[in-house]
Amino acid sequence: MEYMILLHSDETYPTPAPGAPGFDEMMAGWLAYNQQLIDGGHWIAAANLQPTLTATTIRRTPGAAPSVTDGPYVETKEQLGGFYLIKATDLDEALALAEAIPLPVGSIEVRPVSFRPDAS
Amino acid sequence: MTLPPVAGRRPADLQAALIELAREHSGRVLALLARQFNDLDLADESVQDGLLEAARSWPRQGIPENPAGWLMTVARNKAVDRLRRAASARRRTLAAAPDLVAGSAVLDGSDSAGGTVDERIAGGEQMQVGGRDGDEDQLRLMLLCCHPALDRDSQVALTLRLVGGLTTPEIASAFLIPAATLAQRIVRAKRKIRDARIPLRIPDRLTERVDAILGVLYLIFNEGYLSRTDNAQIIRLDLADQAIRLTQLLYRLLPENSETGGLLALQVFHRARLGGRVDSAGELVLLADQDRSLWDVRMIEQANVILAGAVQRMQPGPYQLQAIIAAQHANAPSQESTDWPAIAVLYQQLSAMTESPVVALNRAVAVAMADGPLAGRALLDQLTGLERYHLFHAARGELQLQAGNPGAARDCFTTARALTENPAERQHLDRRVAVCDRFR
Repeated sequence: MEYMILLHSDETYPTPAPGAPGFDEMMAGWLAYNQQLIDGGHWIAAANLQPTLTATTIRRTPGAAPSVTDGPYVETKEQLGGFYLIKATDLDEALALAEAIPLPVGSIEVRPVSFRPDAS
Repeated sequence: MTLPPVAGRRPADLQAALIELAREHSGRVLALLARQFNDLDLADESVQDGLLEAARSWPRQGIPENPAGWLMTVARNKAVDRLRRAASARRRTLAAAPDLVAGSAVLDGSDSAGGTVDERIAGGEQMQVGGRDGDEDQLRLMLLCCHPALDRDSQVALTLRLVGGLTTPEIASAFLIPAATLAQRIVRAKRKIRDARIPLRIPDRLTERVDAILGVLYLIFNEGYLSRTDNAQIIRLDLADQAIRLTQLLYRLLPENSETGGLLALQVFHRARLGGRVDSAGELVLLADQDRSLWDVRMIEQANVILAGAVQRMQPGPYQLQAIIAAQHANAPSQESTDWPAIAVLYQQLSAMTESPVVALNRAVAVAMADGPLAGRALLDQLTGLERYHLFHAARGELQLQAGNPGAARDCFTTARALTENPAERQHLDRRVAVCDRFR
């Protein structure tokens, strides 16, 4: 069974920049987590997104031309910032893996994948 | 289909036997089938089929010697029928449109629950209703119904329906919601269990998950005990009794969990006092005014034993503390001889454990009983977050009345009355307003 783990967090929450104190420790946490997924055979894919400042949204409405606007599809305090796509036997395992994600603040949404065209 | 041997019983027992079959045995059978076939929906449908079959055939054939075993056999056969029908439908689709079906996880031979149909049917052959495995299955089912990935309302509905064997209309009427709403809630929850694959498994962090079950059972009991619905309705009592029955089940499955014993004792103490709680006119009677001879002494004794067993394990928790408080009341011969200072201390401990403003309110009331209305009011005045809670205003009213301020007390009782929908509580508050008016 595959699960998508969506990481939502407050983009204004201070995180260390590359080279700043604490950056290496932060990265070490994420790398260790990734390794845990790989070693456990859970890894499929993952990505960290650029901030919503860089987002562009195309909105479609039936009967109207699509409009292209600057920004994410909805302005909220917490924004989608990245994801993991993992393999797990059931929701309990997926939740346990999601709980181990070193996200300091925000919400972690776990959703079962219904269909993935490039799945083996 | 071959049925187990049948032995006749008096037909007058039939209705009771059918209810007993649903309440006492269907949850256990469902739990077994759900594990064996790894499919909650299939197990539920098949048990429902089995209960319908009992209602159809028992009036003619009589009540079987072993109703649980009968239901197991019938429900398992129904499950096998359903699986075979689904498999042949799949084969027909496959034969008709192989290109469409190839590679689709939804339609190939091994469906989402895992294993081929024959494997799953074979897995269902060696089942027995009794024994340690059956207990574990029931615990798994309870854990599943109270899984944190389901919302609280769904947890309550699933627990009563799948573990407790209540029908959807029974649950809906107990909670005063339309049956269609409840049915939809159950369907949605079952769909999430299936599609997100919430497992039937005993988790590593069991205590945490058992706490969720206790929370659900506590809520069901409170709904029965302090119902928003009409006191005249039997269903209210029934709900309290269902909660006790399910808590007893959990207590039997997990005897080493002290909080389960605590919750069971708490419920039984309250249940024992229900006889004195509402008078013949349907009005709520305050603890102080209750006729304690109406309390069920045998039940209080049972609760004392359960509580003693739980407390012995030295793993304190909020349910045990509440049960100890309930024990203080239940074992006191009168309001005056109640150990209020001890109760105030217990509430202080509970307050520290739960950080609930309602508990803090109870503590203030206990302090008022122990040290006088002024001491109680000082604590009440510090509370926030209870502005919409009728008992907060009722308690303030009582303390104002004791302190000799009937005018202020009347305002409090009027506010409290506007905030509750329970008819017995409303009547009681009307009487308190009348008392204030007499003093003025």
